Amino acid sequence: MPSFVNPEKCDGCKGGEKTACMYICPNDLMVLNPDAMRAYNQEPDQCWECYSCVKICPQGAIEVRHYADIAPMGGYVQPMRGTDSIMWTIKFRNGNTKRFKFPIRTTPEGSIKPYAGKPAGGNLDDELLFTESAGRATCKPADFS
Amino acid sequence: MALPNKPTCELLAEPDLSKVPVQEFEYDALIVGGGMAACGTAFEIGRWMPAGSKVCLVDKASLERSGAVAQGLSAINTYIGENTPSDYVRMVRNDLMGVVREDLIFDLGRHVDDSVHLFEEWGLPIWKKHGTDQSKKLVEGGEPVRTGKWQIMINGESYKCIVAEAAKAALTEMGYDLHERIFIVKLLLDANKPNTIAGAVGFSVRENKVCIYKAKTIMVACGGAVNIFRPRTTDEGKGRAWYPIWNAGSTYTMCMQVGAELTMMENRFTPSRFKDGYGPVGAWFLLFKATVTNGRGENYIKSEAAKAELAKYAPYGLAPVTPTCLRNHLMLFEMKEGRGPVFMDTAAALNAFLEAKKAEGMDEKAIKKYWKELESEAWEDFLDMSVGQAGLWASMNIEPEKVGSEIMPTEPYMLGSHSGCCGIWVSGPDEDWVPDDYKIKADNGKVYNRMTTVNGLFTAGDGVGASGHKFSSGSHAEGRIAAKSMARYVRDHADFKPTPKQSADELKAEIYKPVTTYYEHYQKTTHEMVNPNYIKPRHLSERLMKYTDEYGGGWSPYYMTNGKLLEIAMRHLQWMREDSEKLAAAGLHELLRAWENFHRIWTVESHLRHIQFREESRYPGFYYRGDFPQADTKPMEEGGWFCFVNSKYDPEKGEWSVFKRKLHQIIA
Repeated sequence: MPSFVNPEKCDGCKGGEKTACMYICPNDLMVLNPDAMRAYNQEPDQCWECYSCVKICPQGAIEVRHYADIAPMGGYVQPMRGTDSIMWTIKFRNGNTKRFKFPIRTTPEGSIKPYAGKPAGGNLDDELLFTESAGRATCKPADFS
Repeated sequence: MALPNKPTCELLAEPDLSKVPVQEFEYDALIVGGGMAACGTAFEIGRWMPAGSKVCLVDKASLERSGAVAQGLSAINTYIGENTPSDYVRMVRNDLMGVVREDLIFDLGRHVDDSVHLFEEWGLPIWKKHGTDQSKKLVEGGEPVRTGKWQIMINGESYKCIVAEAAKAALTEMGYDLHERIFIVKLLLDANKPNTIAGAVGFSVRENKVCIYKAKTIMVACGGAVNIFRPRTTDEGKGRAWYPIWNAGSTYTMCMQVGAELTMMENRFTPSRFKDGYGPVGAWFLLFKATVTNGRGENYIKSEAAKAELAKYAPYGLAPVTPTCLRNHLMLFEMKEGRGPVFMDTAAALNAFLEAKKAEGMDEKAIKKYWKELESEAWEDFLDMSVGQAGLWASMNIEPEKVGSEIMPTEPYMLGSHSGCCGIWVSGPDEDWVPDDYKIKADNGKVYNRMTTVNGLFTAGDGVGASGHKFSSGSHAEGRIAAKSMARYVRDHADFKPTPKQSADELKAEIYKPVTTYYEHYQKTTHEMVNPNYIKPRHLSERLMKYTDEYGGGWSPYYMTNGKLLEIAMRHLQWMREDSEKLAAAGLHELLRAWENFHRIWTVESHLRHIQFREESRYPGFYYRGDFPQADTKPMEEGGWFCFVNSKYDPEKGEWSVFKRKLHQIIA
């Protein structure tokens, strides 16, 4: 089910710092053609359908057409990802539609302060991680025999 | 129209090497990879490194969505909670047919929950039991929705984004560097100190440049190996690999090429998943209590024939929880006997929930609401981690409450973090309950947890062998365990000046060889894909997957191989290694694919060498040796195979050795 780009919606992220889909694709598939100012999937048969490009596209220009060698035509799954939830629309080949909404995170994006309120590293020569204290983290097999 | 003997890629590679700059960096610690393990290392290491240290994380993709959790997950599969690390060891040991490193598994079990607690603090929504305080975090005594003894359910679409944000914030706060879209392809040994890591080299997939990193210590956590056996799909569907398709065996190959000892590389994982879409089955089995049936509608697992099959593989086959490989074995048994296809009876499972509620006296309106929740949970399982499966169901008009879906064992994968355990031989913790055999002494005589047999080289997640069932949370925790050891190694080697053996120009020429090969020859025919002077990454990849399938026990011969077949496989691998010298890349994306091919070929060779060496069928259902069909229970002292199989590639001599290593049972 490779991703594809709608040329009427894609503007190559010309107003942004980077082409969003090209920035995010874990498999280096999405690429910008600077002449057309449009992005495309340069290797559709290596697309994992992870939807990272679909979710990040600011124009909603990217969709997925199900893998031609396994899927009958007409199915469609499209997300709208917000900051705290994601909405999915699923259209079946027979025209039926389902919609689902799920939470995705409980804190604002960009709010993580990894070391705030955490202890400094303790003894570099023991086995405790810096956020841990003695107990479970220092147990030995003999404690459970 | 122009002749098709020109590059068609967007970002062209530069064949004139004088125009390809080399950037050189020097760090105390280098993290190669961007998945859960690497993010764990990035988070932990800043709290331990000596003041003023320099650290860099290098990722071939973008940290926000790299690694196996890129798409999200619907569950965290390792949360110890009310269980004990000893019980965790027993579960992993039985599932992996006895041959595991109990020290590593126990160690992981005592640290993993801390990572899960951090995920929740950072913003990952974790489901809480109905009727309990939904706002109470796990660390405050909140009760998770347990699907199995070890698994908890999450709303995990943004799981990786959250973990990556914490890792990035930690790097930023410490003044450390993050280099994205740099593909590290080789590790570099030190010119002066034997068996000691000194750096790594890679290239940018965005601009023509080679990057050389000197470092005192390196974490290599680049996942497992996918696209190594012929996939069941034939065209675009090849992308729908079960494990992330960008995992190219880089972890194993880069470490073995500098002489790191490997362990249990014969192990592989052949997951049984929803056919073609490879959607997860865990929630269907555990949360929805679905059963699998054969083509006749029989619950074949309960049959006398199935019991007799399991008895052949005692004691593992007779354990209360049947190991994953043996569950596959039973499925293959049904298919080979002509009783396929195997179905997950989703309809019966979901309707049983509704019937139960009706029997409890729930009214129509409440039942309707309850059904909406159930349906939503069923679809979220796919949408959180395997959207393609939802798409396939939509394409085939499958509503799980009305009709079951086929289950099929996939093509084999290599990994060390899921229900598999191939990987690299590393030190366990330096504590007195850990056998000496499991402690690797570094140059200074000290033991560094998760260090490989190469001084200063560490791994985690899919990289650590003989220690499966870590999953996402365990990989993160293991990256953290290794991070602390790396800091200790740096402190103890303050005076070490890493000096790679190779010169910058040598490395540049080696890395860009597929580019120079392409541009030397591409106009010698009228089609760039058909040229006797070179081979394209696509073609070599297809050849690898064809022959591993036919001779190395892929899905087409029902995962069966033998000594004779493996000899033929080895001959083909030798030719592929020679031909890989003639790989050709027109653009930067193709150069990425060329180097992934190198990595895959070496990883597969180690896999098949181990299978060749181990004269038994340790994992029936994942692979079989037709000439040695049984799983052995005799220890190595008695000439048996109840032991580790390890191997080593000697980078000086260019020779392989494969050998047995003693197994210690630590937990009763």
